[in-house]
Amino acid sequence: MVKQTVIATTGNSLVAEAFRQCAPDVVAAYPITPQTAIVEDFAKFVAQGRVHTEYVCVESEHSALSACVGASAAGARVMTATSSQGLAYMWEQLHIAAGLRLPIVMANANRALAAPINIHCDHSDIMGARDTGWIIYFAETAQEAYDNTLMALRVAEHPDVKLPVFTTLDGFITTHTIDRAEIMDDESVSAFVGQYEPENALLDIENPTSHGNFASLGGTYFEFKKAQREAIERSRSVIKDIGDEFSKLSGRPFDVVEGFGMDDAEIAIVTIGSTAGNARHVARELRAKGVKAGVLKVRVFRPFPSAELAAALKGVKAVAVLDRSESFGADGGPLSLEVKTALYDAENRPMVIDYIYGLGGADVKLELINQVFDDLTDLADGVTKPSGLVYLGAR
Amino acid sequence: MSKTWDVSDMDNWRSDQFPNGAVIPVAGNSEEYSTGGWRNVFPYRNDEKCTQCLLCWIFCPDTSVLVKDDKVYDFDMKHCKGCGVCAKECPFDAIEMVPEGCELPEVKK
Ligand code: SF4
Ligand code: SF4
Repeated sequence: MVKQTVIATTGNSLVAEAFRQCAPDVVAAYPITPQTAIVEDFAKFVAQGRVHTEYVCVESEHSALSACVGASAAGARVMTATSSQGLAYMWEQLHIAAGLRLPIVMANANRALAAPINIHCDHSDIMGARDTGWIIYFAETAQEAYDNTLMALRVAEHPDVKLPVFTTLDGFITTHTIDRAEIMDDESVSAFVGQYEPENALLDIENPTSHGNFASLGGTYFEFKKAQREAIERSRSVIKDIGDEFSKLSGRPFDVVEGFGMDDAEIAIVTIGSTAGNARHVARELRAKGVKAGVLKVRVFRPFPSAELAAALKGVKAVAVLDRSESFGADGGPLSLEVKTALYDAENRPMVIDYIYGLGGADVKLELINQVFDDLTDLADGVTKPSGLVYLGAR
Repeated sequence: MSKTWDVSDMDNWRSDQFPNGAVIPVAGNSEEYSTGGWRNVFPYRNDEKCTQCLLCWIFCPDTSVLVKDDKVYDFDMKHCKGCGVCAKECPFDAIEMVPEGCELPEVKK
């Protein structure tokens, strides 16, 4: 284990700190609540000379990611951050960054999308990016946001992967509240993330290359998309290996799905991000009363850990999937669609109920989690049957 | 610049044989890429009318007018896109654009 310092700070400050320790060559960013403090803190580090990054102030998020794409193709280590409408505005560049296989790391402060305008937490923004080809980490806490950022960079730049990676944290809940966290010293982080060796740097004038090329009808577009699929499949083992390496270094556990009470759980909640803490708290109380309750937190959403999730839910009678975003008109939110797909081939699949909760920062009270476990108990006991999507706590 | 890249078998490459992100990893190889497939008319040069002024060679945007010993002798059909610039610019009306798949026209006297 390496030397670490315990500090009290916000998720945003920790992500900015992680960025500084990764020492990117270029950061191009545009401020947006609740991410602003990340780029603000980072800009301060640049101004103070504490990190030698080319910090590019741009006029929009579309330009921010465009500049990142250009810089990454040029051979730079590149990081940025955004949220909500800003992420939506980056839409076309998200696909381009992934298609060009550029290992950009972007923090996203998960926030609702307009309309109506709302600046608070849900996962509508990041879930909209789930099919863009980026790897996606979710943090439950500020500590995880820090840890994920360092691992994300290694995964992105890994020769078997070469894909952009999102490291996300819940808006305000994780970005703005002060939390206890342990940070590594700069030297240890430098040694962990290492030097970036770009594959086809545009600025390598001895070896001229061409980026952003055409692959059309009857051409090779199909094969390039297959290559992207193969790369994100390869990232599964890279994410685990780097997670193991990081765990040894930090003393903190990492897995793509993290369970609580899952060894003997009969009822379980599957969720993502900050809500996992509330869910675990209630599950712990229920366990004290003899209820076999469990919680399964998905820490890496892309590539989706289907096999790990199906294995963890083996033997569970009833499962609730809590989705903090919509997939309007689908049979459930994005997470529940993935969970059900993961369970389709499982023997004795559990019953699954989908809950949409907490949109636009709607409070995730412990009573609501209790209600979910009560529903699961009824389901497991055969008192009720799954009856479709539930809008948890909405009037 | 010394690096070469053999793309002759590209039509048979599998997904893992292409460079990441559709990068072209070496310079100076665009002439190996056939762009003539876009063409739906092709230039036909009347040798009797042609005075070898070489204006078509100057104007062709795809360097597809082939010249040897200061004389036009053919077109590079792997790259000619059938744009018709050469026919338009020829001061002696010596080039005619012919639809692909058609018989050659009666040579205009
Ligand atoms: S048709 Fe166009 S591309 Fe073809 S030889 Fe003439 S000028 Fe060149
Ligand atoms: S421009 Fe016309 S006359 Fe001149 S070289 Fe070309 S074909 Fe011949």
